[in-house]
Parts: sequence; structure tokens; C-alpha cells
Amino acid sequence: MTDVEETTATLPMARKCPFSPPPEYETLREKSPVSRVGLPSGQTAWALTRLEDIREMLSSPHFSSDRRNPSFPMLVARPVRPEDDSFRPSLIGMDPPEHSQARRDVVGEFTVKRMKALQPRIQQIVDDHIDALLAGPRPADLVQALSLPVPSLVICELLGVPYSDHDFFQACSSKMLSREVSPEERQTAFESLRNYLDELVTKKEADATEDDLLGRQILKQRETGEADHAELVSLAFLLLIAGHETTANMISLGTVTLLENPDQLAKIKADPGKTLAAIEELLRVFTIAETATSRFATADVEIGGTLIRAGEGVVGLSNAGNHDPDGFENPDTFDIERGARHHVAFGFGVHQCLGQNLARLELQIVFDTLFRRVPGLRIAVPVDELPFKHDSTIYGLHALPVTW
Amino acid sequence: MKIIADTGKCVGAGQCVLTDPDLFDQSEDDGTVLVLNAEPEGEEAEENARTAVHICPGQALSLA
Ligand code: SF4
Repeated sequence: MTDVEETTATLPMARKCPFSPPPEYETLREKSPVSRVGLPSGQTAWALTRLEDIREMLSSPHFSSDRRNPSFPMLVARPVRPEDDSFRPSLIGMDPPEHSQARRDVVGEFTVKRMKALQPRIQQIVDDHIDALLAGPRPADLVQALSLPVPSLVICELLGVPYSDHDFFQACSSKMLSREVSPEERQTAFESLRNYLDELVTKKEADATEDDLLGRQILKQRETGEADHAELVSLAFLLLIAGHETTANMISLGTVTLLENPDQLAKIKADPGKTLAAIEELLRVFTIAETATSRFATADVEIGGTLIRAGEGVVGLSNAGNHDPDGFENPDTFDIERGARHHVAFGFGVHQCLGQNLARLELQIVFDTLFRRVPGLRIAVPVDELPFKHDSTIYGLHALPVTW
Repeated sequence: MKIIADTGKCVGAGQCVLTDPDLFDQSEDDGTVLVLNAEPEGEEAEENARTAVHICPGQALSLA
């Protein structure tokens, strides 16, 4: 057992190539796969870079996701949250058994079957946006024309949030995820979005229907006599943010990657049955939400031969894990046929992404429809001039100029 | 080969259903796993069962 104490590096590390993880991850994995690192919050934590260590940590009951606890390793300063009963952590910020119950209350909304039932509506939304894209000027920004509005509309309809307010909540969410804004601005964005959803849930409580997820949760809570307004607000908050930023970025990054790899694109055009496999590979290659796999130890535990003590923070660098040669042969090669189902881009363990099958479905419909209907699609600027989100907690593209 | 599911551990991520909808489904109420065929036969079905066990995030599935 080793017990390395010195801090070897600081997170976050920058990607040098927009399509690969920060090069330091490889060095860390080779030299010291469980390594002390400094965080922008001033905390120190352990960084894990091997796939197996990350999976082990995320499925161990001795690591906590409780973001209320000061031991939780933060990569950006956390918003100050109200201490009173009006605030509840969201699913990603709590542990079992509290988490198990809360997740179970809503997971039925996200089953594979429920997602399939949304398919015609998502297809219609995608078709409408591609109609508008084709009717509009060239070049067009694919982020504004497709990547952002599609998942945003889908999650709004599913939750029961008026899409007409999208400018407002998209602005809040991008401020909350940006590393460039001041802690005060982030705090304001957090509070305005929370107040907005608080009011929205209050309105729905007065007139709840079966038509949307929030309404259904309200009715369900009434039936069980466990009405919990604060819990619904934090659920709405999590689903709204997680539901559009992540998928939007994967649509943009995936489009660029497929256009840059015409041989792979040709495979999915010839056989749309391969699109899902391509999506798994895109998820693995980019791993855009890698700090969602941060935890802290609640007991002394050994991971990868290193003792992690109770109270110490751990950042599972899932993007490093997804490029671990022990988990994926030639990890830096984009190969839609590698069968990368065991990646950790959606996390692992009890917190694994609740909306993952919605994300898969949206990506599948978008890629199949976009490349079929706009066969001449190409990027309108050199790829190295694209504005990649090196400044955000969730990786992606700020804009994607395309033409056809 | 026999598939054993521990619904207490299942987090409803549906990875098993995506792997093989002939072997797995999810309950309508709480999304937990339903094993449709606990005794897969044939190479492909057995391979799918092994994949499902490997990628199940809740470690709710095992083979006996
Ligand atoms: S993959 Fe595992 S956790 Fe997910 S639904 Fe199937 S059994 Fe449950």
C-alpha cells in the first residue's frame, strides 16, 4: 500500500486537442493513478485515472455524493445555499437511503419504454428545426439552430416548464456552469433559477395534471400524503439543467466528430442500426461531464492500492478512465464499432445518469435525421477555430458554424 | 446460466434493457429490472447477459 501525500498537480487540466482528454491524464495514470491534486476551491483531493478504480469508487458505499458536506471536493466555488427547509439537495447531491427513495420516485419516468414513447414527438421537433435550418441563411450556427433548442424543448415538455422562458433559464444555466464568471454572478444565476422554479412548482400545485412530470409527481405525492414542495423544486432544477446542456453539447461535438471522420459517418449512413454504437463511442471519447463523478470517503478505504481516509475528497476523472488502455484498446482512436458499453461517461453506481436513455434517444434521432436530410453538411470554419468550451464544467461548443 | 437480479440494488438505469430487451424489462412504476428470461440459451443471449452484468451500474445483476 502506498500513501502518497504530496500534491502533484492541479485540476482542472486543459485539453490540448479538443478531441482528447488533457495529456496530463496519461502521465498521471502511468506514474500515479491514485494521486493527490489541488482544486481551485483550495481543497486537495485524490484524482483517479484508471477505469477500474473509478468504477470501484463509484460503486462503493463508502463514498458520499453529499454536496452539503464541506468534505465534498468542489471544482468551482459552490453557491451559498439557504440553510432553512426551503432547500433540498438534488438527486446528485444526496446518498442512500435518502437518494434511493428520491430516485425511485422519479425513475419510472425515464425507463427505456417511456423514452421510446417520446420518439414521435422528438422526431417532429427535430424535423421542424431542420426545416427551419434549411430555410434559413448559410452559414448557420448549429448550436442555436438545433443542438440547444431540441433537448431544451424536449425537457421542457417532459417536465412541464414553458419553453417560452428558455432564454432566461439557458442564460442561468450557462452562468452556473461557466468557470469564468464570478462567484457572485454564479450565485445570482442559481438563485434566480431556483426562484423561477419555486414559483412554477407553486403554480402547478394549484392545478396539477397528469400531462407533465412535475404534475404527475405532485399528484403522486398527494396520494402518498408526502407532499414535498422543496423536493420538487430541486428535482425540476436538476432535470432542467442536466436535460439540456449535456445533450446539446453532445449533439454539437458529435456532429463535428462524425464530419471529421467520414469513413465512420459513412457506416452509420449505410446502416442506421449503428448509430447507437456511434453514440456510445462519442460519449466515451468526450466524457463531457467528468466532474459529476466527484465524491468523498466516509470511511478509510483502499482504492487501487492507495489508502483513502475518511473525509478525503476524490475526483474520479471519468474522461481519464474512458481513455484507459486497460479498459479500451487504442483508447484515442474514434471507432464506432468498438462496443464501448462499459464507459463511465454517465457515471457508475447508484448515481448513474437518470436521463441517459433520453439523451441516447435524442442523439440518435438528431444524427440520423441531420445526416439524412442535410447530406452536404459541412463545418463552415477550420476546425481549430471552433469555440470549444474549455471554460465550462460541461465540455462542448459555444457555437458551430455550418453550411451545406 | 441463470440471471439473478437484486431489485433492492437496481437504480433503474435500463442498461440491461438496452443490452437485451428479450432478457430484461423495467417495471412501469419504479423502473426496476424485470428479468423476462432468467435462463438465457445460446451464445448471443449468454454474451448479452454477461455484458448486462458487467455494465449494470447498481451491480444488481449476477450470474449463477
Ligand atoms: S442495468 Fe442494473 S441498475 Fe439498470 S435497470 Fe438494469 S438491473 Fe437495474
